[in-house]
Amino acid sequence: MKFTLGWLKEFLDTDATLDEVVDRLTMVGLEVEGVEDRATGLEEFVIAHVTEAVQHPDADRLRVCTVDFGGDEPVQVVCGAPNARTGMKGVFARSGLHIPGTGITLKKAEIRGVESNGMLLSEREMGLSDEHDGIIDLDADSPVGTPAVAVMGLDDPVIEIAITPNRGDCLGVRGIARDLAASGLGALKPLNANPVPGALDSPIKVHLDFETDTADACPYFVGRYVRGVTNGESPKWLKDRLIAIGLRPISALVDITNLMTVGYNRPLHVFDADKVEGDIHVRLATPGETLLALDGKEYTLDDAMTVIGDDTHAEALGGVMGGEESGCTETTVNVFVESAYFDPIRTAKTGRKLNLMSDARYRFERGIDPEFLIDGMEIATRLIQDLCGGEVSENVIAGAPPVWQRSIDLRLDRVRTLGGVEIAADECIRILEVLGFTVARDGDTLKTEAPAWRSDIVDEACLVEEIIRVNGYDKIPAVPFINDHNLPHTSYSSFQRRRASVRRRAATRGLVEAVTYSFLPGAQADLFGGVPDGLRLINPISSDLDVMRPSLLPNLIAATGRNSDKGVPNGALFEVGPVFHGETPGEQSQILAGIRCGDMQVRSWVGPARSVDAFDAKADALALLDDLGAPTPRLQVFTEAPHWYHPGRSGELRLGPKTTLARFGEVHPGVLRKMGVKGPVVAFEILLENLPEPKTRKSAAKPHLELPNLHPVERDFAFVVSSDTPAEKVLGAARGADKALIADVRLFDVFEGGNLENGMKSVAINVILQPSEKTLTDAEIEEIAARVVERVQSTTGGSLRT
Amino acid sequence: MEDLDSLRSELMTSVEGAASIDDLEAIRVAEMGKKGRITAMMKGLGNLDPETRKAAGQNLNKLKSDVADALETRKSEMADSELDARLMDERMDMTLPPRPEEEGRIHPISQTIEEVVAILGEMGFSVIEGPDIEDDWHNFTALNIPPDHPARQEHDTFYLPGNGGDERLVLRTHTSPVQIRTMESGEPPFRIIVPGRTYRCDYDATHSPMFHQVEGLVVDRETHMGHLKGCLIEFCRAFFGVDDLPARFRPSYFPFTEPSAEMDIGCTREGGGLRIGHGDDWLEILGCGMVNPKVLENCGIDSSVYQGFAFGIGIERMAMLKYGIPDLRTFYESDLRWLRHYGFSPLNVPSMVGGLNQ
Repeated sequence: MKFTLGWLKEFLDTDATLDEVVDRLTMVGLEVEGVEDRATGLEEFVIAHVTEAVQHPDADRLRVCTVDFGGDEPVQVVCGAPNARTGMKGVFARSGLHIPGTGITLKKAEIRGVESNGMLLSEREMGLSDEHDGIIDLDADSPVGTPAVAVMGLDDPVIEIAITPNRGDCLGVRGIARDLAASGLGALKPLNANPVPGALDSPIKVHLDFETDTADACPYFVGRYVRGVTNGESPKWLKDRLIAIGLRPISALVDITNLMTVGYNRPLHVFDADKVEGDIHVRLATPGETLLALDGKEYTLDDAMTVIGDDTHAEALGGVMGGEESGCTETTVNVFVESAYFDPIRTAKTGRKLNLMSDARYRFERGIDPEFLIDGMEIATRLIQDLCGGEVSENVIAGAPPVWQRSIDLRLDRVRTLGGVEIAADECIRILEVLGFTVARDGDTLKTEAPAWRSDIVDEACLVEEIIRVNGYDKIPAVPFINDHNLPHTSYSSFQRRRASVRRRAATRGLVEAVTYSFLPGAQADLFGGVPDGLRLINPISSDLDVMRPSLLPNLIAATGRNSDKGVPNGALFEVGPVFHGETPGEQSQILAGIRCGDMQVRSWVGPARSVDAFDAKADALALLDDLGAPTPRLQVFTEAPHWYHPGRSGELRLGPKTTLARFGEVHPGVLRKMGVKGPVVAFEILLENLPEPKTRKSAAKPHLELPNLHPVERDFAFVVSSDTPAEKVLGAARGADKALIADVRLFDVFEGGNLENGMKSVAINVILQPSEKTLTDAEIEEIAARVVERVQSTTGGSLRT
Repeated sequence: MEDLDSLRSELMTSVEGAASIDDLEAIRVAEMGKKGRITAMMKGLGNLDPETRKAAGQNLNKLKSDVADALETRKSEMADSELDARLMDERMDMTLPPRPEEEGRIHPISQTIEEVVAILGEMGFSVIEGPDIEDDWHNFTALNIPPDHPARQEHDTFYLPGNGGDERLVLRTHTSPVQIRTMESGEPPFRIIVPGRTYRCDYDATHSPMFHQVEGLVVDRETHMGHLKGCLIEFCRAFFGVDDLPARFRPSYFPFTEPSAEMDIGCTREGGGLRIGHGDDWLEILGCGMVNPKVLENCGIDSSVYQGFAFGIGIERMAMLKYGIPDLRTFYESDLRWLRHYGFSPLNVPSMVGGLNQ
């Protein structure tokens, strides 16, 4: 919302400076977004009278002008403008001034042998526009020697403020003035909305043609016929004002409607009455009905939209935009002015459906003052009469204002108990009254009636806000917000705490945390199991981000591809975040996923490079599961990882046969190829929500620790088993040989080939026996060793390698 | 005796002249081994008369022990010099780089959220989370944003089809729906913060279709605007590490709070860069307000008894301001060079006691 300081002061009686106004606007909640003082740098330029302009003796295109600029003596200026002529008034810059449009500082000069002292300026030279066909040509009555910015209407700073959706009333300059007045920055000037007497009966009547259940679309309509207007150019003050706020002056009638819209938040429409057939009918559109609007576009309407029509067809879209056909032109002589109330919601819906924004829609959908239709009409008709002449009819009034009255009680104590600041009752009353409320005090309660223009005021909290806002939030003392207890409790749930910890554990393992979008291209989602249609965005930001992600991996893999392309290979990334399998809250789950690509160890003088492999991912998964408190020794490896993994080099870590805690392995080369990423890439995914909740224990004490005094004994074994025997089977069998004595079984070698039979492999293990009570005798050790061999052989069908 | 003296001098010379531990061992065997000279002489003592034997025995023992000491000393000298020689031989170029290893990094978004939690946790807030895909009620209607409210248009909402009918689902446009979920399912008082992903259908230099917020909600019987100011001023001072950070509150509008405010903090743009702290300018930092009674009622909470405040903090914005990160969009690009530069060491865990700004 843009307006000028001068415009504001037309409504607000104040001595406040621009800076004071700007600060106060922000502090009452009308946030200033910018201030443009167009006079900056132009203050020294003055109005000058060209007392004589004669041909330059040596240059066809130059004139030698004698310029009176209000100084002691006239000066001589050589000027190249074609419109420089004797008797004109222009803008003069004397020697020594800086010309903003050219960046040059003027000096006394000699041009083709003739002295030139100063310059007559074009708009481009003043930095106002690109206009450079001639010098500025001002009205003959412009006073010589006075600042040009004043005469040109540039000395009025433009203020732009942001209006929050609740403050439709401040979409008019007068509403802004009211807020400032309430805050003590001057007084709101009284409104001059005295009736303009009607001299004739309107030949056009108004009919509100609605069914009962849609009558709220346009409950109230005020119209007025003006006969015999002259719709010429607006006067300079009006044009200056509109130009200052970025509007283009069109004609007096149109400019008056814009002035009413911005000044009073009262959008109006002026019909060319001679193009209206019969009466005005306000009604819902018939489906498929079309309207050529003032923006030159044809809109197809439906029966939820309000139109203003005549006896035959739609002439305007109520609250949104007028029609081209019945719009005013310079030849218009008879007009019908509309000042109506349109339902905010219907207006908003209409505009959205047609994708049509206008100053009128913007205001109607925020709610305009339903009691200002007649006043607005009087002010507008007075302007029309002043600027365009004509004879005015009586007002044609259809319908009545919608019910807007709201009585709200304010318990005075609520200013302190909700607003946190003590404000005297009299001041509360003063603030509300200046804002337009009627207030009656009843003991500790204020009985208030909200003004018609404040549809946002609905309850006591709103009144508290009005009072403390206008009084100033800076006057609310900050109160320490202290914890109820001396020491804070834990902010995190057990799950959140473990998730925060494992994130840092992942980073200590060399993985770099990434945060990627929750959406991705549908084609990539399909590579990772796909998503149901319910997870396809209706309005994606681009086709590359059109579905919710079913996995964290595609974004991470794509990221390492991008990093590789930038010359940063061997990425190790992880992310903790949501994946989606359906649209209900229960179908969103938290995953920790990581990938490593390229080399796990880069080549160095110590040794050659080693590519990442599935066991790097397995190590990550197990280390992080351990950090999360999962019972890692009890986890089983299943070789049934999802299809985006290498079918022979991947697995799932499960607790029991059904609960998958993690997956790991090489990413399927086919998936990488489709994503255009060079492998190898290994990945792991931890399904955080599948982890068992740690048991809540009564005590933080750890179990008793018994350190054995006796030295452990180690024995190595090598077994020949069929190549498809899982190593875990050998290890498990060995462990089971004596659960009390065998403390650990480690696998230290696997090989195939050599003199082994085809289809067989050798698995070498190291069994550690930990006696607890007495040293083992050789015979006892041999006995356990025999049991290990026997169990491994019977479980795997293999044999001890000899 | 002369024999012994000359033998001593001979043996000492040969020990001195031995070139290796092997030579020394040879000397030992030759003199003191089973068939060694000194051994033989010891054996010969038995033939002497007792008087002579005692003196000769003492002398011989002395010789034997002196030679043994000399051998041992010489041996240890040799071992030392052999070790020295070997170590010199093992000399390596200590300017060689160590084995390559890399530590990971924590993303600035995670770090910033943990910082926020660390501060507000001290004030008794608990961390609550909620779903990213929301229904209309939780994201809008319950928060006092009815279907045709202009505020709803400003949210640039992403929609999902839902179950095909009128009830489309949305990607939550703010973390505020978790306020609703919390209040619907619990009993006041509440003191919660809600970090999480949020989504708006907007993408340019200063907007990302996904970003993060931390929502705060306090509901009890007496918390008012003064507490809101106290809480948020203290929060910003701790977060930015500026003890006397200027702060101001301006009236604003959010449908779910009444009164509503925006908070600005002091800053300066002198010298081109933005610096948080004392200065000639203000920077908008967050939105806040007293919970709108309608929102409380929508959640079944008696607004004549309970009140409180709510606020919303943009995590990326806070991180950008605190850590001088210039471009919002880079947060989600997963560029390893960026992550290593702006990311945090995993052991740099924010806490108020341990220090928030290490």
